[in-house]
Amino acid sequence: MTAVRRRRMAGPLFVAPFLTLFLLLFLAPLGYAAYLSLFQNRLIGGNVFVGLDNYTQALGDPQLLHGVGRVALFFVIQVPLMLLLALLFALALDSGLLRLARVIRLGIFVPYAVPSVVAALIWGYLYGPDFGPFAQLSHDLGLPAPDFLSEGWMLGSLANIVTWEFVGYNMIILYAALRTIPQELYEAAAMDGAGAWRIAWSVKLPALKPALLLTLLFSVIGSFQLFNEPNLLMKIAPDVISSSYTANLYAYSLAFTGQQVNYAATVSFLLGLVIVIASYAVLLTANRRRTP
Amino acid sequence: MTTTTPTATAAPKATAPEPTPRRTRRRSRRSTPLTIAMLAALGYFLLPLCWLLIASTKSTQDLFNSFGLWFSHAPQLLTNINATFTQDDGVFVHWLLNTALYAVVSALGAALLAAAGGYGFAKFRFRGDRLAFNLVLGAVMVPTTALAIPTYLLFAKAGLVNTPWAIILPSLVNPFGLYLMRIYAADAVPDSLLEAARIDGAGEARIFFRIALRLLGPGLVTVLLFTLVATWNNYFLPLIMLNDPNLYPITVGLASWAAQAQNGGAGASSDMLALVVTGSLLSIVPLVVAFLMLQRYWQSGLAAGGVKQ
Repeated sequence: MTAVRRRRMAGPLFVAPFLTLFLLLFLAPLGYAAYLSLFQNRLIGGNVFVGLDNYTQALGDPQLLHGVGRVALFFVIQVPLMLLLALLFALALDSGLLRLARVIRLGIFVPYAVPSVVAALIWGYLYGPDFGPFAQLSHDLGLPAPDFLSEGWMLGSLANIVTWEFVGYNMIILYAALRTIPQELYEAAAMDGAGAWRIAWSVKLPALKPALLLTLLFSVIGSFQLFNEPNLLMKIAPDVISSSYTANLYAYSLAFTGQQVNYAATVSFLLGLVIVIASYAVLLTANRRRTP
Repeated sequence: MTTTTPTATAAPKATAPEPTPRRTRRRSRRSTPLTIAMLAALGYFLLPLCWLLIASTKSTQDLFNSFGLWFSHAPQLLTNINATFTQDDGVFVHWLLNTALYAVVSALGAALLAAAGGYGFAKFRFRGDRLAFNLVLGAVMVPTTALAIPTYLLFAKAGLVNTPWAIILPSLVNPFGLYLMRIYAADAVPDSLLEAARIDGAGEARIFFRIALRLLGPGLVTVLLFTLVATWNNYFLPLIMLNDPNLYPITVGLASWAAQAQNGGAGASSDMLALVVTGSLLSIVPLVVAFLMLQRYWQSGLAAGGVKQ
């Protein structure tokens, strides 16, 4: 019967377009990066298979290790802070205790609509010693201007930009999850005499776990790839942000200013690997903590 | 997000795109201290945008000579806008149009591909379906920028660099979007409805486009918005793929102007700074407006994105 055969063919046909592009634009580059990372292009002899030499070089490369270390530090400081703020805001919005809740929700979410390049430009000018309002205010008050773009402050300044961009987005995810909690749960908790804080702790937080895990995963993937903000601030603070400030900046400068294609592919591949490992570590930790 | 088949967390009813009706929760009195605290937070999120709005009314000289959070004596927003649009033979208009083109085509394509794929995985069983799906699921963790450099090298071989395709093609594949649509389709498209349509003699394609796609609407809009923002935001990919300024999206264009403004001596001598600031403002207006208009879709779609543990 043709109808039955048509049905059997339908599933593969629906997924084929996506899978074809996935193969060409996702798996192929990944495979190509792996392939390139096993070769070196030498003046004498051209393309030479070098096995894991590029990896040995990368793992002992202080510039790469510093870059990865820096984004790891960034992740440890920025992500908990951002998610905590997002969680507090989402709970506040959901509590029904706020006036102007709608305006507040939208206002906090709006920075997500600002491209990170523009966000970095704005904050870069705000931080700036020439016409940044902070420097102007300090100057008027006769105080030394805070040096947001100095070596010591830079990572914090970058963390602030990313936090400003993404708190609202994470807040919306958590808030959406809160809105799906069935009303009966609240009623039951209230019947048992739970107050607002107790309900937040015992009803809302457990219900938020999956959404929190999702935001955490997105944050892992985002932080380790840090590129746009430092790349933009590099122009106003070239002495602080070097071309290997983050792992991604390093891969970029290797490929496009150093012309070291094979080594850049190795660094890209390793960075992808670090992110995948970090993501799975987050997942496993979350799953182990799960109460059966 | 384990390798078992994910199931939806929210019933489709909870994820319909209507604004959620105000819950009739036992409302205690509104809290003034909490409202004040949240308004302070709101101030932090809006202050940079207020600065941008004010700064866009100033000449480069006034940026240096007047207080950043207040207007100068001679506001010149229109002059700045005009200068932004005419600089470099009106390249800014190109950037805006390019961005819109890349973002809209990518978002529509990605959403449709994810919807068809998600529907296929959710409603049909075929050989290798689980393997294929898990492969895509594993890819959710792989960062796009790790792929950017090898993609560039491949595209260079294929002669695709410095064309719009270099930006659009990679944006069409959205593994998380497929995952989201699979959850959504499993939930929002009842099997009984599909069976009824089949009994009526409708073909599979017709069923998908006429029935399923409509039911997948809210999920589809979410993937659409995600991709739209991601593409609009994209900087790394176009930065490495494009070297013709007429093909730049707004992000790469503004960054190139900012670099020029920075290198223009001590800054004050260069007039570029006012253009970078005004251009930044002009670039976010369309997106902010779109956001405010579509924000209810965000919520409904994101609720479906929670991962069932």
